[in-house]
Parts: sequence; C-alpha cells; structure tokens
Amino acid sequence: MSDLPKSDEYFSQIDHKPPKLTGWMDTPINIRKGMYCYASNPKSVETLGLPYARPWNPLEDDWQLPENWQQIIHEGLKERLERFRSFKIFMDICVRCGACADKCHFFLGTGDPKNMPVLRAELLRSVYRNDFTAAGKILAKAGFGKQIGARPMTLDVLKEWWYYFFQCTECRRCSVFCPYGIDTAEITIIGRELLNLLGLNIDWIATPVANCYRTGNHLGIQPHAFKDMLEFFVDDIEEITGVRVDPQFNKKGADILFITPSGDVFADPGTYTCMGYMILFHFLKEKYGFDVTWSTYASEGGNFGFFTSHETMKRLNAKMYLEAKRLGVKWILGGECGHMWRVINQYMDTMNGPADFLEEPVSPITGTKFENAKSTKMVHIAEFTADLIKHGKLDLDVRRNDHLKVTFHDSCNPARGMGLLDEPRYVIKNVCNHFYEMPANTIREQTFCCGSGAGLNAGEDMELRMAGGLPRANAVKHVHKKHGVNMLACVCAIDRAVLPALMEYWVPEVDVTGLHELVANALILPGENDRETDLRGEPLPGTEDDTNE
Amino acid sequence: MSQKNLALFLEKRKSAVVSKWFDEVAASYAPDAGQFLKKQQDPFSNPVGMSFRDGLSGLFDQVVHGIDREGALPFLDPLIRIRAVQAFTPSQAIAFIFSLKTVLRRNFGKEIYAQQLQEALVELESRIDTLGFLAFDLFMECREKIYQLKANTERNTIYRAFARAGLIKEDPEN
Repeated sequence: MSDLPKSDEYFSQIDHKPPKLTGWMDTPINIRKGMYCYASNPKSVETLGLPYARPWNPLEDDWQLPENWQQIIHEGLKERLERFRSFKIFMDICVRCGACADKCHFFLGTGDPKNMPVLRAELLRSVYRNDFTAAGKILAKAGFGKQIGARPMTLDVLKEWWYYFFQCTECRRCSVFCPYGIDTAEITIIGRELLNLLGLNIDWIATPVANCYRTGNHLGIQPHAFKDMLEFFVDDIEEITGVRVDPQFNKKGADILFITPSGDVFADPGTYTCMGYMILFHFLKEKYGFDVTWSTYASEGGNFGFFTSHETMKRLNAKMYLEAKRLGVKWILGGECGHMWRVINQYMDTMNGPADFLEEPVSPITGTKFENAKSTKMVHIAEFTADLIKHGKLDLDVRRNDHLKVTFHDSCNPARGMGLLDEPRYVIKNVCNHFYEMPANTIREQTFCCGSGAGLNAGEDMELRMAGGLPRANAVKHVHKKHGVNMLACVCAIDRAVLPALMEYWVPEVDVTGLHELVANALILPGENDRETDLRGEPLPGTEDDTNE
Repeated sequence: MSQKNLALFLEKRKSAVVSKWFDEVAASYAPDAGQFLKKQQDPFSNPVGMSFRDGLSGLFDQVVHGIDREGALPFLDPLIRIRAVQAFTPSQAIAFIFSLKTVLRRNFGKEIYAQQLQEALVELESRIDTLGFLAFDLFMECREKIYQLKANTERNTIYRAFARAGLIKEDPEN
C-alpha cells in the first residue's frame, strides 16, 4: 500500500497545457495511433518491383532501413531536383509568408502546426537547404544551420517526413492561396516518392496499386467476378424499373470505352452511382443507338500510383489506353472519379501521351466536340451528361428526387485539378428541385477536401480522417441546419467511400450520393413500370409507402 | 437571492468572461494554432475557433442560469466532438470546462467576495462540475463512435471479401 502515489502527487502530474514552447525543429516526432496508416505489405511492394520490400512497423524504433538509406535519400533528392524544374523552384522560392498556413484542412482540424502546408514543405526543404544550397552547406559546417532553417537528414527527420507526408491529401487548396503558385501537393508527391525509395509506403496504397497492376483494379477483382457484379446490378435495376439493361463487355469496335473507379462497382453508395451509369447507357442505347463498352481488364479509373511515384502513376494510367487501343474504340468516357482526372488532365500528356490512336471526342448524340479532351481523348461523364441535358436529350421526371435536399461537394481534383465546377451543378439542378450551395469559401476552387484522399481512406487512421474532414463537415452542417439539406452529392469514388463515415460522425442526418444516381432516379426509361422506389429501395415521394408526404 | 445577484453580476461581464475562457481553450493548443484560433473570424475558415466561440457563449448562459442537459448539449457536443479527434488525452480534452472556474476566480474573485456572493459562486462552480460530467459522457460517446466506424470499415472489407469468394448466402426474405 505504501508505494501507491498519494492523490495530490498523482494529480500534480496532470498538465492541461501543451509542452513548453520549442522551435519546430526541436519538437520531437510522436507517431500517434489513429493518425497513420499501416505499413505496406512487402508482397505488394515486391509485386510492383519497388525496392526494399520488408515487414516494418511505424511504432517500432527500428524501421529496418537499408544501411545506406541517407545516401539513397540524398541521391533521390538530387535526381528529382534535376528532373523536375517545378520542384527545384518550389524548394527555392518560398518566402514563408504564411498565406497557405491556415488553408489546410488537416491544420484546421488537428491544430498541429506541422500540418501547415508551409511547415510540412519545410520538413523537406530544411534538408534541401542543408545538402544542396551554398549557404546551407557553409553555415551548417559552422554550426549555424538551424538559424537558416537547414538540418541534416536524420532518422527522426525521416520519420517526420513519413508521418506528415501521409497527413496530406495532395488536395492543393493551399496552392490556390500561394502568391508564388507553389504547389505544395507536388512537394508531398516528391516526399512520398523519396520514402518509396526506402520501401516506406502505406498498405492502403501499396496493395491497391499492386492489385491494379496485376488485375486492373484496386481490389484485385478478376474479370469474371467484375462482370458478375455488374450482372447483379442488372437484376436490381430490373426489380426497380421493370427494364432489363444489357451492358456490353470488352466489345471490340464499340464507339466508346467507359472506365470508372472500381469503388463504384463494389462499395455503397458508389454502387448506386454505378447502377446510374448503366441506366443512363441503356436509355441512350434505346433512344440513340449509343454504343459503349465496359472493360473487365481496364476495370479501374482510380490511380493510386499517383500517391506512390510518377513511374507507378504512369504504369497504371497506360493500362486504360492500351485497352482502348486493343478494343479499337474512338474515345474514352470516364466515370465519377477524383484523382483519376488530375492524372489525366495534368500528367497524362507528358507521361503516356499523346493518345494519337484515338479520335478527338465528339458526342455521338449531340455532336458536341469536347475541346478540353482533344489531347487526352477522355471525357468526364458529368460533362457528357450536362451536354445531353443542355440539348434536351434526356426524359426526366425531376419530382422523383423531391425527397432530397441536395448540396454539392466539389471533389478537389476535378475542381482544382481540371476546373470542372459548373457541369455537375448544372446536372444536379436539372434532375433535382432542391439544391443549396455551401458557403462560398468552402466550394469550387476553394473546396475543402473530404480529408481522406491520396490513399488515406483506411480504417486505422479514423481520427486523422475525422479531423481532416472537419472543415468540410462544418460547411455541410451549416446547410443542413439552414436549409434542411439531407443529401451530399459528389463526383468522386473516394468521396463516396469516405464521406458517409464523416457525416455519421459530424452530421448524421446527411447521406451521400453520386451524381448519376440522381440522374438515374429522374430518368424515364422507355418501357419502364411505375417506379415505386429510388435506386436504394426507398419509397419515392408521392407513392403509397412514402410516409414523408 | 444571492444566486440572482451573481447571475446579474456575471451577465454584465459575459463577453469578458467568454473571451478569457476562450483564451484558456486556445492555450491548450500549440502557440501557432492558438493564435490562429483567436484571430480568424470567418466561421468556415476557422471551424474550430468559431465552434468554441459559439459553444462557450451558450455554455456560459447554462452555467449562470442553471444547467439543463438538453439545453447544454447543442453547445457542448460540437466542442467535445472536436476534442475527441485531436491529440489530447481524455482529461486534456475536457479540461477546458473546469478552466472556467479559474477564469472567474482569477478575474472577478475579489469583486464577487466584496459583494458577499461567494456562496453563490460555490454553487455555480458545482454547475461547472455538472458540465464536466456531461462532457465526460459525450467524450466517451464520440470515442465509441470512432471505434464503431473503424470496426465497420473492417467488417465491410471482410464482408466484401467473403462475398467475392461466394461465401455469402443472401437471405431470401430481404
């Protein structure tokens, strides 16, 4: 008994203030559970032929690094400074004005200063200064490195890189506010690329990438199983509409190849969006002879290679184009996906382009030329559908969505990465009667990220996801309270996968939907029955079972 | 009677009390973050700061005029929900509730004693304790929700794997 602490001793150790002020370089790294994703499975790293596949655990002191890891990082950094002029400029040009500091959803949600984009970049920039600038080299030798923000690459620095470069969703909101136009996401991309040189990826990225590389989609679904999944939807659609749709698979010589993120095929509520695509394609086929094929090989639009390295991104992107070539289609129609579009819009041409074996995309129904896709030959389905509506090509019963009060979340990559701002809104306003915008500084190019992009949509980092998604949820909560919004629409598969959990925690009254689920609810199919439910099996407004009337 | 007088006394000083209470909250974050919480007034550019400004103001009224669980929840829940996902120990997460006692005594203690309102202050402090208990309940609720979300993620992953392997038999009733 005597060695038990007395209560006053015990409570004297409780401190409710943060630790004494230290400079950021002297603030030690503390890898906290709930804030990181599990280390990559060595098998997946091996599959991709990436170096140093091994089991390792972020919580252990020893990360099982190769003997010469510092040299590998140094040479990797040197090579990238030479290869990417933008990276070199971003390293040199930042004046640390702080314009970006409070624009990051992770900083806003966690309150951790190392999540200020400027400081997150500084984690890497400090090593650049130390190793690659004349002033840095001289002053570091004289022991004044810290004064000019230079520090050598140590194990703690490496761990800090790993922890914080995987607390960035590469959403680029910060870069919108940078007076120099520094793209902090590019710094994260390079940071992660350097970490991959030492085999330090997370499994939520490495395994989907390996699956995609091997079988064409993140979950490693084989072609026959992929087809089976879509066949299930055919049954579901028939049950709801009375119409049996007939998707085409791997059809050589089809006009158009359709590629969507596999999340739409396998995870609610994306599955309803997938049913939406199928319903739309069936309608277009019946009315206009639209000829579109799915592929069971290029069965993934999402490209987690983008979160690994430029080379990995290129490899996965190539698959879609090789399949388009094999099938001999005219152009590619892409589904509701986020980062897939940034890869297509910003990197594709340099990496795999030009796709000169395809035709410049023209809508076979309206004759509209999609000028923006002239080079990549890939059109976003929101744009395609908006064009159909604009030309009056769809038969819509908008009242079927009357039970929904909808707001729209701009997904970072389509919005900031390709400027797709108005098309999805145009579609929603034409298929729904009740639409409300979130506050101006949380949408369009200033949109707040869902907090789970760039491969962070795992289960083990739920605290990070909830904190990172707080600014977005805060804006949703506002329109929920003000207008009774009960549905959050988006055009991204990661959004559809992660926003339901975010809503459940912050605004449980709000559900999540893709754009084409709303379209298909309103679309009147030739020969359909009197629909009583929406695609989710919920009674439609005005039907007998609708208790909300 | 003295209860009423103390309520009147504090009501007049509400903005000063809430502002100092907010400073205590800001001090529980790293200095850079604390500064930002105080400075940025836009509710959507500073969701944490603005949630606390609104929340503390509502909780002040509760403490001064009497706690009612249903009345306190809309103000307390958003604050605890935020603290439950940030890098705090459970005690650190809800400590800001009790810091109101310090704020009151440090800044207005002398005046309260001079006006013979100390007994009413003790009673008011027990209301702060009640708020603390409520915060504890909410904090646990939030943590349990987080664990449930984690568990659901795992469960769905496993379910999907089973479904793909053809091991799920659909209930014909559904």
